[in-house]
Amino acid sequence: MIIDHPLLGPRDAAEFTYLGDAKLIDRPDWQSETARQDFYEYAYLRENPAGWHQELWFHEAGDRSWLVVTRNTVTHEISKVELARDVARARGRSK
Amino acid sequence: MTQVNRLPGGQIDRTQSCKFTFDGKAYTGHPGDTLASALLANGVRLMGRSFKYHRPRGPLTAGSEEPNALVELRDGARQEPNTRATTVELYDGLLAKSQNRVGSLRFDLLAINDRFSNVLTAGFYYKTFMWPAALWEKLYEPIIRKAAGLGSLSLKDDPDVYDKGFLHCDLLIIGAGPTGLMAALTAGRAGADVILADEDFALGGRLNSETLTIGDQSGADWAAEVVGELATLPNVRIMPRTTVIGAFDHGVYGAVERVSDHMYAPDAGKPRQVLWRIYTQKTILAAGATERPIAFENNDRPGIMLGGALRTYANRFAVTADKRVAIFTNNDDGHRTAADLHAKGVRISAVVDIRPDVPRSLDYEVLHGELVNTKGRLGLTFAEVRLADGTMRTLECGALGLSGGWNPNIHMTCHQRGRPLWNDDIAAFVPGADLPAGMVVAGAANGNLSTTGALQGGAAAAKQALGLKGRLPKLPQAEDAPVNLKPFWYVEGCSRAWLDQQNDVTVKDVKLSHQEGFRSVEHLKRYTTLGMATDQGKTSNMGGLAIMAELAGKTIPEVGTTIFRPPYTPTAIGVLGGRHRGQEFHPKRLTPSHKWAEAQGAVFVEVGNWLRAQWFPQASETHWRETVDREVLATRNSVGVCDVTTLGKVDVQGTDAAGFLNKVYCNGFAKLAVGKTRYGLMLREDGIAMDDGTAARLAEDHFVVTTTTANALPVYRHMEFVRQCLFPDMDVQVISTTEAWAQYAVAGPNSRKLLSQIVDQDISNDAFPFMACGNITICGGLRARLFRISFSGELAYEIAVPTAYGDALIRKIMEAGAQYDVTPYGTEALGVMRIEKGHAAGNELNGTTTALNLGMGRMVSKKKDSVGSTLSEREGLNGEGQLYQVGFKPIDPKDPVPAGAHLMNADGPVDAAHDQGYVTSACYSPHLDHAIAIGFLKNGADRMGEHMRLVSPLTGVDVKVEITSAHFIDPEGERLRA
Amino acid sequence: MRYSGLKVIKEALTGHKGWAPAWRDPEPQPDYDTIVIGGGGHGLATAYYLAKEYGQKRIAVLEKGWIGGGNVGRNTTIIRSNYLLDGNEPFYEFSLRLWEGLEQDFNYNAMVSQRGILNLIHSDPQRDAFVRRGNAMLLNGADAEMLTTAQIKARYPFLNTEDARFPIKGGLAQHRGGTVRHDAVAWGYARGADSRGVDIIQNCEVTGFRIENGKCLGVETSRGFIGAKKIGCAVAGSSSRLMSKADMRLPMESHVLQAFVSEGLKPVLPGVVTFGAGHFYVSQSDKGGLVFGGDLDGYNSYAQRGNLPTVEDVCEGGMAIFPAFGRARLLRMWGGIMDMSMDGSPIIDRTHIDGLYFNGGWCYGGFKATPASGFCFAHFLANDAPHPTAAAYRFDRFEKGLMIDEKGMGNQPNLH
Repeated sequence: MIIDHPLLGPRDAAEFTYLGDAKLIDRPDWQSETARQDFYEYAYLRENPAGWHQELWFHEAGDRSWLVVTRNTVTHEISKVELARDVARARGRSK
Repeated sequence: MTQVNRLPGGQIDRTQSCKFTFDGKAYTGHPGDTLASALLANGVRLMGRSFKYHRPRGPLTAGSEEPNALVELRDGARQEPNTRATTVELYDGLLAKSQNRVGSLRFDLLAINDRFSNVLTAGFYYKTFMWPAALWEKLYEPIIRKAAGLGSLSLKDDPDVYDKGFLHCDLLIIGAGPTGLMAALTAGRAGADVILADEDFALGGRLNSETLTIGDQSGADWAAEVVGELATLPNVRIMPRTTVIGAFDHGVYGAVERVSDHMYAPDAGKPRQVLWRIYTQKTILAAGATERPIAFENNDRPGIMLGGALRTYANRFAVTADKRVAIFTNNDDGHRTAADLHAKGVRISAVVDIRPDVPRSLDYEVLHGELVNTKGRLGLTFAEVRLADGTMRTLECGALGLSGGWNPNIHMTCHQRGRPLWNDDIAAFVPGADLPAGMVVAGAANGNLSTTGALQGGAAAAKQALGLKGRLPKLPQAEDAPVNLKPFWYVEGCSRAWLDQQNDVTVKDVKLSHQEGFRSVEHLKRYTTLGMATDQGKTSNMGGLAIMAELAGKTIPEVGTTIFRPPYTPTAIGVLGGRHRGQEFHPKRLTPSHKWAEAQGAVFVEVGNWLRAQWFPQASETHWRETVDREVLATRNSVGVCDVTTLGKVDVQGTDAAGFLNKVYCNGFAKLAVGKTRYGLMLREDGIAMDDGTAARLAEDHFVVTTTTANALPVYRHMEFVRQCLFPDMDVQVISTTEAWAQYAVAGPNSRKLLSQIVDQDISNDAFPFMACGNITICGGLRARLFRISFSGELAYEIAVPTAYGDALIRKIMEAGAQYDVTPYGTEALGVMRIEKGHAAGNELNGTTTALNLGMGRMVSKKKDSVGSTLSEREGLNGEGQLYQVGFKPIDPKDPVPAGAHLMNADGPVDAAHDQGYVTSACYSPHLDHAIAIGFLKNGADRMGEHMRLVSPLTGVDVKVEITSAHFIDPEGERLRA
Repeated sequence: MRYSGLKVIKEALTGHKGWAPAWRDPEPQPDYDTIVIGGGGHGLATAYYLAKEYGQKRIAVLEKGWIGGGNVGRNTTIIRSNYLLDGNEPFYEFSLRLWEGLEQDFNYNAMVSQRGILNLIHSDPQRDAFVRRGNAMLLNGADAEMLTTAQIKARYPFLNTEDARFPIKGGLAQHRGGTVRHDAVAWGYARGADSRGVDIIQNCEVTGFRIENGKCLGVETSRGFIGAKKIGCAVAGSSSRLMSKADMRLPMESHVLQAFVSEGLKPVLPGVVTFGAGHFYVSQSDKGGLVFGGDLDGYNSYAQRGNLPTVEDVCEGGMAIFPAFGRARLLRMWGGIMDMSMDGSPIIDRTHIDGLYFNGGWCYGGFKATPASGFCFAHFLANDAPHPTAAAYRFDRFEKGLMIDEKGMGNQPNLH
């Protein structure tokens, strides 16, 4: 597979390390009343769709960016690649 | 023997001869021959035996789809089983043997199986060999295994070298027949970067096999001219002997180039084969088509082959399989074969055509009818024909050409699970709509079986692929005959009529499969093994599908087809491995002191990809334990030095650096003073310990973090995840500096005295106390870092310098420490000392243990958020019955306490249900003079002093141990604070 | 119809006219007592044991395609019970014992061949871990033996011990491990279940669950609604897709695992060998092909195919330990979809919906588990309680922190 890195252009997927669903960005609030349940769901439950999937890849043999790749799990087609940091900020994460 | 079946013409080089040997007998052929064509030229039709019934077999084809003529090529360590004689380029000195036989090829003792074919039907083995149960493994299976298999491996290490390489292009063209050549010409002239790959050693595809003309040239001449022009274009790379094996995601193709297979042995320094990973924008699949046979009784004798193969042998290789040839056809192609052979002076016994309106010929007899049987024990002698009017005819012939139509080579269109479509005109599957991205299919592969169709298709595909504007270039005149085919798969009433010749699957087997309910194509394939031979069903699948469709009352497309899987043709495991074998399997990482340690005679050990000094034996020492004991005692009594560069190092900088470490470590770092170091435990989000190490605060906004050797990469990756994905606005940067700094542990009561001679600053206990850290200089100005941390439990430091100075520093330390007898120690002594001190390492941080298990439960701060803190509170990870890290010592000091042993109550049963824990790390402690160990014990914190039973039934150990603290040495920590 | 050597000979003499279909092709009934969704190894075994061991009646297996078409039809055929943890080892040992009597039990020769499995050891820490594992196996009543390099070399003389990047320091052997003809497992269970009255319904895709007031009343299928008192899902590879129809999210991801077979070769490998310093394991089938595999491609996928880097990685591992395989040819590669669970261990449990039960999350351990998985799932369906050997395979173990993590890789499925 080839991942079109937003900063570096197309790179072989073998340069990257895969983590999983980009929902791992949405880490729950540890002080919420439902924190234990929230963290359980965050750590363990997955939509695992057959189709489009936003997922995290780390450019380990490259520039060390975490990327959010939108990829179809049935065809492996990639429609979008973003810097995970931008996605995280857009989802309201900060410090 | 002379080349009795050699014809005039052809593309062989008659000016030179190649001597070769088959089954010990010498023959002669010419460059340009294949092993199969050369054997046929010499009158040899019998080349192999089938898999199950050991039927005598000759080549069915003249290409890579060959199911029958498989040989063991070469000998010694280069022996290659299952090599298709039809693709082996003849070279002088070639050596080949037939395979899968007991006795000689002519008198194969296992041919007895053929007599029992009525018993050995599809799936018979699923119904028997069950009683008595023990006999399956003792008797039946060994017999079956020995009889099964095809060729033999030499079981000697493959002596050849294989390479891997990467290629990039605008357009990959698979196949250099008329379609591929025309596409390459169109694209090449337009300036695109083109790779043209073909599995054959001669480019031109079927043009080399036919007498068809293009313009005013023979097809072969036209091909040679086009190849000549392409060779002058710098933007076109022509790759003969290169098989594209698979279409992978996003325009990545695998291709194997056979660099040296056409030679006796590779030239010095050259690889046997190269695996290319081709990255292309667009691909034209111009892989042509494969002819299919027709099934009838005993249709598998040597001499029976595909009609197109007969033409290839005659036109390209100037060979006929026999002086007398018959043809059996359901389309016009069979008549083309007869005409070509006739023109070469071969006698045509008759052309048998199943179509009522058969084309007539003045040159030979044409019969309307069908083949019903053949004769000839080791090769075809007679063919029996049933004419349309019911009368029988016997044809004398030593070769028989079968023309059942052509199947487009659509394999690559299905490698990404595309589904083919049925085309009634040619009664074959053609590419469907869901092709791999960027692929265009053209020519025969796309169902256009004429030469004109190929040329037009090739040119149009190139235009389409590259988005070229304008009209097609003017194409030369070429053959444009219609297919005129009447679908016909098998002769009514036949039973032992072969579909899959290699696996011996007959029409009868398909019928039985249907009768027994194995009716989906996948069940048919798996139950009968149809299409699972080394040709992957290229010549056999369609016949099976057609019969299953008929039995089920469905059409062929309704029955469907099995899925084509890579590789397109079988591929040497060696080339897929490339150079990654032996010592080159993985790269070696060497520490900065490696060269020095080597000179000291160190023994090295693999730690991941690192090589680390395991111990430093002295001449007088006869056992590794002697060495390790000396290294430990010398360190504890004076001073030792160990290269700890392999520990991961991560530089953390920024105004939020402390806040960041608070997130990744379960314990707090915000209040750590500048110039101080703290032990840190990192959890995964699931609350399990991930790694441990130290974080040294060199400045308000600057930490240096260490990780274990094994986790250097995962921890760094995790830290980047936390930084970029969870807390993107933190002002913090992290970078791995593992390779940037050489680091040595200097440990032992004399370590300060030693280092004082090197370090420019005051490192007295007051100036540089336990857990101090700082940027220092050494040797009068070289920048360095010093950490007063201890893994051994002794007064100890770790000193780091830029890697380039690592070698100099170890030599300097040894020089400065000579007066204290400074002793280099390896990983083994390091391990002994850390076990004596009770420090957890990889065996304890095994991915299932929590801070609580490690005796560090209280380190998990509840006052802050850190990765893993919330889920570490789950009930299953807390409370009664948890494992705790403890120490073990034998009651009898002579007893071992081996790692991997399990703990049982002293007087309870010994079984899994009563398991109390296990030993993780063990060693002999020279300090205590007996074995010690650490490990995990249920409720271990409350069981100090208890006597237990330690068992390792695997290694025959059953001893009594006492539970102790894991700190076997200096539990108060006085030494390290001295 | 009973299969036997005598029957084969009798049929051979009488033109094979007496062979009946191995299973019927029935129309679905309007309702059943128990429906098992998924005609793979686990689903068919579940139906078989429901009928045979638990005396259940009116059972149907619904299969969207052809039976045996999932991972039981595309695996590397290995059976073993060399597990470490308490939650796993008794279950896999139970499974191995069922394998040992399976063919006589269901009257089908699945070619269970206990040719042994060997895990090579390359470092001292690895040896420590394998000693612990071997002891766990023995303490659970399984077999295990620690072999020296010399003992291994005697059995595999062409193993690369001289020029190894990672030296071979022995191996943990389980002699009762081995291989099984995988397709025959599905067919044997199907035939056994069918003969006990189970309706095996192929080309019947479940499109939804009918759930009312927290109770599952049946399934919507491509062949209409079928009612049932109890519904068991055993569709590993498609688990998340199926259970999403009941609005469930599962603790798993779907990943592709590639497998490979070489051309047929005369016997070279007596048993199963697993490389401990690379991603490679291999055995040789009765037909002569080297059957081998390695690691997951590593990304979520439902595509049943993988990519070249993994192919190369596997073959590099093969060449590292068996450089004599260089001239053997890889014939076919394929991919199967694994239910990769969050701790690497499976789930056999009821769901929060009454009447709806789940079996899945087998990672790539599913084939060897087939008999016990079927047995234990049948037990759960019949008794509404877990079988003693599968008591740890519950949904709530993640919430409670009771993970069964053999590899210690935590909640990252592609590392298990």
